Amino acid sequence: MSEKVIYVMFDCDGILKDGAKMLVSKGVKISDTFSPFPIHGIDPIIGVKNTRLGIMSFLYGLTGLTLATLGMRFFMIKDWPMNIGGKPNFSYFENLLAFVPISFEFTVLCAAHGMAITYFLRNKTLPGMPAQNPDPRTTDDKFVIEIRTAENSMDEKELDKLIKKTGYIEIDKKTI
Amino acid sequence: MQKEAAIREPLILGHKSFHDITEDVCRPIEDKAPKLWYILFGIALIIGVYGVGCILYLLGTGVGVWGLNKTIGWAWDITNFVWWVGIGHAGTLISAVLLLFRQKWRMAINRSAEAMTIFAVFMAGLFPLIHMGRLWVGYWVMPIPNQFGSLWVNFNSPLLWDVFAISTYLSVGLVFWYIGLIPDFATIRDRAKKPISKKMYSILAFGWSGRAKEWNRFELVSLVLAGLATPLVFSVHSIVSFDFATSVIPGWHTTIFPPYFVAGAVFSGFAMVQTLMLIMRKAMNLEAYIHTKHVEYMNIVIMVTGSIVGTAYITELFISWYSGVEYEAYAFINRATGPYWWSYAAMMTCNVVSPQLMWFRKLRRSLLFTFFISIVVNIGMWFERYVIIVTSIHRDYLPSSWSMHYPSPIDIGVYVGTIGLFFVFFLLFARFFPVLALNEVKSILKGSGQSYKESPDYYKSH
Repeated sequence: MSEKVIYVMFDCDGILKDGAKMLVSKGVKISDTFSPFPIHGIDPIIGVKNTRLGIMSFLYGLTGLTLATLGMRFFMIKDWPMNIGGKPNFSYFENLLAFVPISFEFTVLCAAHGMAITYFLRNKTLPGMPAQNPDPRTTDDKFVIEIRTAENSMDEKELDKLIKKTGYIEIDKKTI
Repeated sequence: MQKEAAIREPLILGHKSFHDITEDVCRPIEDKAPKLWYILFGIALIIGVYGVGCILYLLGTGVGVWGLNKTIGWAWDITNFVWWVGIGHAGTLISAVLLLFRQKWRMAINRSAEAMTIFAVFMAGLFPLIHMGRLWVGYWVMPIPNQFGSLWVNFNSPLLWDVFAISTYLSVGLVFWYIGLIPDFATIRDRAKKPISKKMYSILAFGWSGRAKEWNRFELVSLVLAGLATPLVFSVHSIVSFDFATSVIPGWHTTIFPPYFVAGAVFSGFAMVQTLMLIMRKAMNLEAYIHTKHVEYMNIVIMVTGSIVGTAYITELFISWYSGVEYEAYAFINRATGPYWWSYAAMMTCNVVSPQLMWFRKLRRSLLFTFFISIVVNIGMWFERYVIIVTSIHRDYLPSSWSMHYPSPIDIGVYVGTIGLFFVFFLLFARFFPVLALNEVKSILKGSGQSYKESPDYYKSH
C-alpha cells in the first residue's frame, strides 16, 4: 500500500495548536509540525520529547574543565615549573587562583562548541543540506501539520472528516 | 503565548502581520542597494584599505613605527584593543543577559548588536596580533612546546588569559549569532527568486525546515548558550582589566578594575549600538521595530553603567589619597593636573556628566540627543583607556625617564583603518543578512504588538 502524507496548513499558531489537540484526542498521530517560529506548547501535544542537549553541554563543559586542569598541572607544575619571583611552583593547589581564568574560559569553550556541534549533527542542519519544509510559506507566516497515513490506523476519509473541523486554510496530500 | 500588560508600550508599532515582518526585513536584502549604501561602503573601504596598508607597513618595518618610546611601551595599540573589546560587549549582553531576564525588547536589536560585537572583537584581536611585530609566529601563544624544548606559555600571565578569553568570546559569540541566523536564512532562502541567491542562502540556512523538534532544540540551545555567554561577558573584560590590575604600576594595580571595566565596556557598547541602530532604522525603514521605547531602554542601561563608571572614577581618586601611598597619589594628581589633563577632562565630561543627562525623560527619548550622546560616550571611553594607559606610565619613578607620547601617522592610520574595516563588515552584514531576528520578533507580535495592545482580541479575529 502506498503511503500518503497529509499536510494541513494554518495561518495562526493558536488555531494549529487547538486543531492538533483535537486531532490527538481523537486518536490521530501527528508526525510533525513546520512553523516559522517555535509554537510554544506544541511539543507535549504531538509527543515531541524534550531535548537532552543541555545535559550534553554540561558533560562537554566538565570535559573542558578536566582537560584544562590536567593540562595546566602538566605544563606549569610537572613539566616546566617557572620561577616567577620565587613563588611556589611545585603545587597546583598553591597556584590555583592563577589558573581560574583559563579553567573557566576553556570550560565555556568546550561546553558551547560541543553543544553547538551536537545540535547541528542531531538536527541534520549542516551546510548544503536540502530543506525539508513542505511549503516555502512555512518559514514566512504559515504553520503546517504533517500526518502520515501509515502511522494512523483510521482510513483517509475518517481523517479528512476530522481535519475539516480544525479550521485549516489549505490541505495538500502527497504519495510517497 | 505570553501576554503582556496593556499599559506597557507596544514593542512593534503599526498593525503588522507575520508576513509584514518578513517583508519589512527581507525587502532591503532582496532589492537593489540604495546609492547611499554604495557611497558609505566606498568610504569605509577606502579607510579600511588605508588601515591595512598601515598594518602592512608596520609589519614590514617593525613596531618602531608607532610613537612608542622607552618609557611608554604601550599606548594607542592597547588603548584601541580595550576600546574595541569594550564595544564588543553590548551584543552578547543584549542577546544573552537580556534573554535570561526575558526582556522582549532585545529581539529587535540583538541580531545587529551581535554582529557589531563580532566585528568589534575582530578589530580588537588585530591589535595584540600586530603588536607582536612578527605576526607569523603568532601561534606561539598556543600551548605548544616551542623549538627550544618543552618551554610552555605562561599560564600565570594575564596576557595569556586574554588569549583564551578573547578567542573563547569571539568563537562562542559567532556560534550564538549564527545559530540564531539559521531560521532567518531559511526564510530568505524560501523567498529567493534568483538561482544564485537561492543557492547561497540555502547553503547558509543549513537545510533548516522549522520542524517541532528543531525548534525544541533551538530554544534550549539558545538558552544554554545564553547561560554560558553571560558569565563569559563579565569574565572577558575582567580578564582584560587584569592586564593592568595584576601589574605593579601605580594607577594600574587597583582591585576595582574588573567591575569598573565591565561597566565601562557595557556603557561604550550600548553607545555604539545606539549610533548604529539610529542610522539603520532610518536607512532600512525599521522604525516600527526599533523605536523610541527601545532607544529609551538602551539609554537607561547607558545611564546605569555610566553612573557605575563615574562612581569608580571617584572611588579610584579617593583611594589613591586614602591609601597614603605617595606613588599612587601622584599617579592620580598627575592624571588630573599633569600634561595630559585635557584627556582626563575629556574623559570626565564625556563619561561622568553626559550619562546623567539621561535622567530627563525628554532627553532620553530624543533620538537626535541620543545619537549625539552615543558619539560623545564613545569618544569618552577611548579617552578613558588612553588616560589609564598613557598617563600611568609616562611619568616613571625616575624623573630622568619621564616622557610624553605623541602618536605617529601609523598609529593614527591603524586606528582609523580599523574603524573603516568595522564599517565595511557592518555594511556587508546590513546588505546581505537579516538585520532583525525575524523568527523571534514574530513570536512576540501577538503579545507585544500594537494591535494586541489596542484590542487584545485583535489576533483572534484576524
